Amino acid sequence: MTTVLAAGPGPDVWHQIFNFANYGELLALVHNSIIAGALLGIVGGLVSTFVMMRDLPFAVHSISELSFAGAAGALLLGANVIIGSLTGSILAALIIGALGSRARDRNSIIGVLMPFGLGLGVLFLALYKGRAANKFGLLTGQIVAVDSVQLQWLALTCVVVLIGLVAIWRPLTFASTDPEVAGARGVPVGLLSPVFMLLLGLTVAMSVQIVGALLVLSVICTPAAAAMRVTASPGLVTLLSVIFAVVSVVGGILVALGGSVPISPYVTTISFTIYLICRVIAAVRAKRGWATRSAERPLAAAVPATH
Amino acid sequence: MTSLSPTPAPARPVLELRSAHLRYGPRPLWTDLSVQVDHGEFVAVLGANGSGKTSLLRVILGLQPLTGGTLLVDGRPPRRGSDAIGYVPQQRRVDPLTPLRARDVVRQGLDGHRWGIGRPGATRRRVDAVLDEVDARAFSDAPVGLLSGGEQQRIRIAQALVADPALLLCDEPLLSLDLNSQRTITALVDRRRRSHGTAVVFVTHEINPVLPYVDRVLYLAGGRARIGTVDDVLNSATLSDLYGAPVDVIRTGDRIVVAGIPEAPEQTHHAD
Repeated sequence: MTTVLAAGPGPDVWHQIFNFANYGELLALVHNSIIAGALLGIVGGLVSTFVMMRDLPFAVHSISELSFAGAAGALLLGANVIIGSLTGSILAALIIGALGSRARDRNSIIGVLMPFGLGLGVLFLALYKGRAANKFGLLTGQIVAVDSVQLQWLALTCVVVLIGLVAIWRPLTFASTDPEVAGARGVPVGLLSPVFMLLLGLTVAMSVQIVGALLVLSVICTPAAAAMRVTASPGLVTLLSVIFAVVSVVGGILVALGGSVPISPYVTTISFTIYLICRVIAAVRAKRGWATRSAERPLAAAVPATH
Repeated sequence: MTSLSPTPAPARPVLELRSAHLRYGPRPLWTDLSVQVDHGEFVAVLGANGSGKTSLLRVILGLQPLTGGTLLVDGRPPRRGSDAIGYVPQQRRVDPLTPLRARDVVRQGLDGHRWGIGRPGATRRRVDAVLDEVDARAFSDAPVGLLSGGEQQRIRIAQALVADPALLLCDEPLLSLDLNSQRTITALVDRRRRSHGTAVVFVTHEINPVLPYVDRVLYLAGGRARIGTVDDVLNSATLSDLYGAPVDVIRTGDRIVVAGIPEAPEQTHHAD
């Protein structure tokens, strides 16, 4: 046990958090993790714009707890952890999608599912007799050297989510921002909801592998929440959200590399810092009056202007 | 589709209901409804809450089948997502953080229902044209969530018009707008039907804002309907007959006041 001095954390604590000794060798060991992180950043950034539009952050958190339970169950049984985590999150996503079409219903179902998932996961981990790092990693993330088989799973998930999202992009945007008019225009609003939940479940399962179940929101909510503060252009929101997510995850992995602390604090700190910066930019702009109009010019005289 | 010059009205009506029935379980909403709306016509749909105004729109939009009779929209049976119909919903506040600019909302009316991501810029010319038409170019790049209620509603009108529909369906589009915005919206709708021959079906619980423009009124009450000019329908005798109770219609200058509409038993809070 180290005694923490009143003056602040001792040098060995800093050393645990930041340690760049032998960095080049470590980097070579984790290049699979970095690829996985980049894939997660791309998919997480894209999905998070819809998570924000559809007001689903709470659902994301709940899905990740069930994903954790699935992964922990797989760990206990000696099965593939990724398949376990996929099973848990897809089940949770489908349950939330099927039972909670209205926001109120949805929130109560989520509130019921979340502790159940977490409890189940804790039970499985308590029974598991293997390495403790495996246990902790599911909750708070880890840079275990992602092996090639795992990377293939992650890449496959990523491709499925990307193809799915691109295919339903326009109607999903329409249904997420104005379900009533979208329905009138022929968008299958009721069908898109479970399809999106499925894609969301896949993405959450991916994130649980890397950032851990407790902090998935830093990849599947914060990037778009930050982007929406600085622009309302849908293309730019998407682009910024992806950039923010990739920077958070890959940056988090790179900084975490030498330390002995889990990866998630790095990812969440970068993600949160980006969000803060975006809010500051938005506040400065609002002061200068940017937010209301792009250009000020008198309206045509034919129709009386609104005030 | 050409859209610029006022087209000579084709003989075929834009909307045709023949002996249409709609019931929910045992409760008929309206029975034997026959209405014909021609190109460029402005028809206001009035009636108490629960009289089936919104259901009429749902049927025309193809979201709900009739329980009897025929309905033709632009000569064809109703179909979900038909290009022949533009739809303007009630004004609701848009979340301020919605990641859409005004022009993106308008564009959704053109290709928001199509699969895939779409080519950026492919629709710009048509979107700009309709933004000009509703005098919204000044705020076309502003976040839609930061616009005023009246401006948002102007954007919704543009969204409904951008695909150049033959029929514009408005579901209480003036609700919760200030008087000035109400005038703007109704004037825009009127301008469009004159320039493009777009037929307008305008559901409202308040006739006065649309009074200067309305050709005919469809009044729904007690499962029955009357259609005709304002004077034909909005008079004490007709409404008293429809409601089966004495109703007073008073004209004061250019306003109409309806008094004494009985409250429907299941609608205790508000029946106009």
